[in-house]
Amino acid sequence: MAEHTSHEHDVLIIGSGGAGLRAAIEASALGASVALVSKSLLGKAHTVMAEGGMAAAMGNVDERDSWEVHFADTMRGGQYLNNWKMAEIHAKESPDRVRELEAWGAVFDRTKEGRILQRNFGGHAHPRLAHVGDRTGLEMIRTLQDHGVHQGFDDYQECTITRLLKDGDRVVGAFGYDRESGRFRVFHAGAVILATGGIGQAYKITSNSWEGTGDGHALGYDAGAELIDMEFIQFHPTGMVWPPSVRGLLVTEGVRGEGGALKNSEGRRFMFDDIPPLYKNQTADTPEEGWRYVTGDRSARRPAELLTRDHVARCIVREVKEGRGSPHGGVFLDIAWIKEKIPNGEEHIKRKLPSMYHQFKELAGLDITKEPMEVGPTTHYVMGGLRVDPETQMSTVRGLFAAGEVAAGLHGANRLGGNSLSDLVVFGKRAGEYAAAFAKEHGRGTLDPEAVERAQREALSPFERQDGSESIGAYKVQYELQDLMQEKVGIVREEGTLAEAVDEVVELRKKGEGLAVTGNRQFNPGWHTYLDLKNLFTVGEACARAALAREESRGAHSRVDFPEKDPEWGKYIIGLKKGPDGSMEVAKQELPPMPDALKKIIEEQG
Amino acid sequence: MSTTKLRIWRGDASGGEFKEYETKLDEGMVVLDAVHQVQAEDAHDLAVRWNCKAGKCGSCSAEVNGMPRLMCMTRMDDLPADRPVTVEPMRAFPLVKDLVTDVSWNYEVKKKIRPFKPRKPDFDDGSWRMHQSDVDRVMEFRKCIECFLCQDVCHVLREHHMHDEFIGPRFLVHTAALEMHPLDTEDRREDLRTSHGTGLCNITKCCTNVCPEGITITDNAIIPLKERIVDEAYDPLKKLVQLVTGGRNE
Repeated sequence: MAEHTSHEHDVLIIGSGGAGLRAAIEASALGASVALVSKSLLGKAHTVMAEGGMAAAMGNVDERDSWEVHFADTMRGGQYLNNWKMAEIHAKESPDRVRELEAWGAVFDRTKEGRILQRNFGGHAHPRLAHVGDRTGLEMIRTLQDHGVHQGFDDYQECTITRLLKDGDRVVGAFGYDRESGRFRVFHAGAVILATGGIGQAYKITSNSWEGTGDGHALGYDAGAELIDMEFIQFHPTGMVWPPSVRGLLVTEGVRGEGGALKNSEGRRFMFDDIPPLYKNQTADTPEEGWRYVTGDRSARRPAELLTRDHVARCIVREVKEGRGSPHGGVFLDIAWIKEKIPNGEEHIKRKLPSMYHQFKELAGLDITKEPMEVGPTTHYVMGGLRVDPETQMSTVRGLFAAGEVAAGLHGANRLGGNSLSDLVVFGKRAGEYAAAFAKEHGRGTLDPEAVERAQREALSPFERQDGSESIGAYKVQYELQDLMQEKVGIVREEGTLAEAVDEVVELRKKGEGLAVTGNRQFNPGWHTYLDLKNLFTVGEACARAALAREESRGAHSRVDFPEKDPEWGKYIIGLKKGPDGSMEVAKQELPPMPDALKKIIEEQG
Repeated sequence: MSTTKLRIWRGDASGGEFKEYETKLDEGMVVLDAVHQVQAEDAHDLAVRWNCKAGKCGSCSAEVNGMPRLMCMTRMDDLPADRPVTVEPMRAFPLVKDLVTDVSWNYEVKKKIRPFKPRKPDFDDGSWRMHQSDVDRVMEFRKCIECFLCQDVCHVLREHHMHDEFIGPRFLVHTAALEMHPLDTEDRREDLRTSHGTGLCNITKCCTNVCPEGITITDNAIIPLKERIVDEAYDPLKKLVQLVTGGRNE
C-alpha cells in the first residue's frame, strides 16, 4: 500500500475560488479548524476571469433598485426554474457581501458622490454591478486571499481531490494527491464543502481553464449526491473567435453594458430584430433609446444587446447560420462607435475596459477603440450542479456542502451576468457557517481504510498498465470528448444526436479509463489529465441525459425538435443520481410552490 | 503547413537539459499553445503551470528567449522565426520540474506584511465615502496578477539570493497599495526600512520593464515608499505636520 499523509480538520473545503475562500473565512471565524484545498496555486482560480462585476441591489446609481427587483430579475432570467428561496436569499444578502469586501480592502469604482459605482448588465433592470473596470473577479479573489491568509486556516496548494470518503451515509473526508510530488493526502473532516467551480473543459470552445473539469459535480455524484439542472449550460454570447488560439476567450458583457453594439455583416444591429415577449416591456425600441439608457436616461429602456445571455447567443448563431456572420464565423461587437457620441471616447473605452483593450491588442492585434471585435458564443458556466438546501447549502448527502458554480438552484435555466460573483460570497459564507456548525454537532465520524486503499489503487492504476495505450495520452481522449460535447450537446440540440452523445460518452469512458500514462508521479500533467477525465465523463453524460429528457426549449437549453417553451415543463426540474447498479438515473421532479408574497413581487415587476 | 522549433528545459532539482521539439504553427499562436501541443503530442509529462490563458491569473510565467514573460501573452510571430524558441523556468525560484518552479516563498512573504486596517466606516451600514480620484492611484497596484516575473528579474533575488532580507518588487507594490489605500490606518514604514529591505532596491527598473500588467513599479510604488521611509526617519517637521493634519495620504 502506497503511503499517504493524514490531516484532521473540522471543515475541509475543496476549491479556493471566491466561494471556497469565503467559506474558509467564515468557518475559521466560527472557530473551526479548516483545510482549504486548491487545485492550482492560491489566487489563480477561475474567479480571476470574472470581469463585469458583482450584482447587488445597493441602489447607489438608481435608488429605485431593491432586493425585490433583483429577485424578480433573477427569476425571470432563470425562466422561473430557479429555487426561489435561494434567489430571495441571494438578492437580500449580496449588498452586505459587497460592503464586507470593501471593509477587507477591495477597491471598487466610485460614483460622483463617492459611493460604490454600479453598472448596467444583461437582464438587470437597474445599474446593479459593483465593479472595478473589467477586472472585478481579480479584485474579489485577491481581497479574499489577502484577508483570508490571516484567518488561521491551513491551505494546501496544487492538491487535487480524487475521491470523497464516507462513513455510512455521511461524507467524512477526501483523498487526493499533490501535483508537485504526486504524493497522496487523506483528509478527515467533520464536514466537506465542494467549491470546485464549473465544467467548461468538457467543451472544445470554452472560456474555462484546465481546472474546470467538473470535479465537485462528479465527486458529489459518486458519493451519492443528487445533481439537478445539468441540461442548462451557459454559452456566453461573446467569446473571441480569432485568431484560433484564443477562440473562446471571454469578452466581457461589460462591453455591451458600456454601449457596445452587436452588428452583422450588413452592419445591422440584429438584436433589435427579435425581442422575446418576456422582455418586450423592458427593452428599447430603437438603438437611440438604448444609448440613452446606457448614458443614464431613466426614462429609456435597455438596448437589445443587454437581453439575457441565452437569447443573445442564439441570435448570434442564427446570424452566422443565415450567412450574415463575420469573416471568422462570429458577429461584430462594436464599442468604437461610441466615439461619435461622447468626447474623449477613446480614453473612455480604455478606462472602462482596460483588460479588453489589452487582450485584443496583444492577442488579436486589434485596437477596440478603432475597430469592431469579432465574437461568438463560448461555453462559460453551468447552471446545474449539486442540489443543495437553500439556507445551509448542504447537499442531499449528510456532511457534504456545495457553494458557487458547483451548487445548483439559484440561476434556474439561465444565469444573469453579475449574479455569479455575488453567488460565490453569499452562499460561500453560508456554506462555511453551516458546515462549521455541522462539524461541531456531529464530530468527525470514522474513515474507512479500505476506501482509502481503493482510491490509491485507482489513482496509481494507469502507471501499472503496460499495453501501449500510453502513446495515446489522456489529452487526446479529452479532445475527443470536447469535440463530441461541442457538436452534440451544444447550443442547439435534438433527440437523435443527444442519444448518440449519451452512448458515445459511455463508450469513451471505457477508453479513457483503460489508458496508461508515461513518466512518474512528480508534477505529471499527463497523469493529472487522466485522473480529471473520469469527472468529465460523468458531467458529460449528465448534461447529455438531462438535455435529452427536457423536451422543450427554455433558457440555455434549446431543442430544434421542441423549439417552444412548454408551460408544463416549467413546473419541473431534472434530477440525476447514481443508481444502485452504478448507472445514471434521471428523474423529473416537481418544483416547490412559491409563496404568494414572492409571486406578488414578480407580478409587480412586470 | 508551417512548423516551429522549441527548445524546452526538461529536468528537476537534480539536473536537466534543453530538449528540442518541433510542432505545427497556427496563426496567432502564443508560446503556451506551442508548449501544450508539444505536451499533447510528444511529452505527456511535460510540467507547465497555466490557468486562464488570458493574462489574468499570472500562472504561466517562464523565460522565453531569455526574457521573463507570460507564455499565454507571448505571440510566436513576435519572436524571431530563424531559430528555435527557448523556453525555460524562472531562475529566481527553486526548480520543481521542467517549467514549474517553487514559488511558495512569495506566499510566505505576503503573510508577513501587515494587513489592511481600515478606519471606522463613515456610515452606519458599514460603508465609506471615497472618490474616484482617491482610489485611482492604488488601482494601478491592484492590477497585479502575482505572476512573480518582477521577483524573477530582480537582481537582489535572482543574483544575490537575498530572499531573507528583501521582499522584492511584488510585495513593495502590495505594500504601496495598502499604504496608499484611502481607508488604511496601518503604518508599515518601520517594516519597510528593516525586515522588508526596501533600501536594497537600487532602482534599476528591471521589474517595471517585465511587468505584463504595465505597472510602473519603480517610479510609482518603490520610490514613493523609499521617500516615506526617509520622511519618517529624517523629517520631524513633516511628521509634525502630518500628525496635526492627520493625513498620510498623498
